[in-house]
Amino acid sequence: MCQECGCGLPGENPVGISAHHHDHDHDHDHGHNHGHDHHHDHDHPHSHTHSHEAAVGQHRVLEVRQAILEKNDRLAERNRGFFHARGLLVLNVLSSPGSGKTTFIRETVRLLEKRLKTGVIVGDLATDNDAQRLRESGAPVVQITTGTVCHLEAEMVARALKQLDLKGLDLLIIENVGNLICPASYDLGEDLRVVLLSVTEGEDKPLKYPPLFQSAGVAVVSKMDLATACDYNREAALASLRCLAPNAPVFELSAKTGKGMDAWCEFLIQQHKAIKARDPLGV
Amino acid sequence: MQSALDQVLEKARQAGASRVHAIRLRIGALSGVVPDALQFAFEALADGTPAQGAQLLIEDVPARFWCATCRHEFAATRMFAECPDCHRPSAELRAGREMELTSLEVD
Repeated sequence: MCQECGCGLPGENPVGISAHHHDHDHDHDHGHNHGHDHHHDHDHPHSHTHSHEAAVGQHRVLEVRQAILEKNDRLAERNRGFFHARGLLVLNVLSSPGSGKTTFIRETVRLLEKRLKTGVIVGDLATDNDAQRLRESGAPVVQITTGTVCHLEAEMVARALKQLDLKGLDLLIIENVGNLICPASYDLGEDLRVVLLSVTEGEDKPLKYPPLFQSAGVAVVSKMDLATACDYNREAALASLRCLAPNAPVFELSAKTGKGMDAWCEFLIQQHKAIKARDPLGV
Repeated sequence: MQSALDQVLEKARQAGASRVHAIRLRIGALSGVVPDALQFAFEALADGTPAQGAQLLIEDVPARFWCATCRHEFAATRMFAECPDCHRPSAELRAGREMELTSLEVD
């Protein structure tokens, strides 16, 4: 349930986390806890009939001054410390649904295979289709199904980590739920926030969704192989990205044809080196 | 909103309050929060809690950037982070990401 859009209503949805191993199929049912007894104890003594004309200003004032997502921020910092201690470079990949996150990640993992060992955590409302597609790359993958929640939170990532064999991993890529609004507010503990904009989406999309693009550490323009078919206006797209994230490096690429992927992979290798250099505990 | 409501109820409980009448929030223009959606989610979630029926008083915080070239702060324009004087984009957001629970009025 998130504070922006009221997603997750009504009631609680169990968040599912699953890490099927691709090389041997288990038939066992995973114990998603759908069968918990729900204790609907509606015997609270409160009555719904009295009317409260809230006379604002006449009551006791409690000063709070606390960030609303303080709890998530705290858990994200804990994740960040955990990642740093392992010398792991962590990406949080965000975009609207259908801009090519999964293919982009799969190809990144494939191309980096000999240079960086990569694990993936992927979030979707339902299905593990993306996890299956990502496993084609050979990487260990954990799927988080969020139910009705439209974004990943630091706590979900912490739980997913327990299912991922982190031994020997250099890079962890977290594919967020496809959504340009709420995920912007939730730090997961990542080093780099990677925001994708596909050429099929319209060059002014960053201007329409400022919070997310403003938070981008890296911008990727994806599906460049379709640029001509979509009358992609390069100048306009780069100008709108520059407006919101002037310091974010921009990579224009096509995961499908591989064009532009080399520069992106080289960038990740350099970023990983920087993390290792910074971190004396990195092994 | 659930996280905000949890904080509200926790603070009210700690203060020994039985009823929350008003909740003051500061919401930045670049926080991603839509006040109407917040109101809707609040009503749905607060039902049956001591915060049921409380007023949400939202203070909007406009986005402000710092231009390192002209050395001044400016309000976000149509082109967001672009300085109105030198037209260079600023990467330094000074205000606008706030999502803060400021205070409560309780009994």
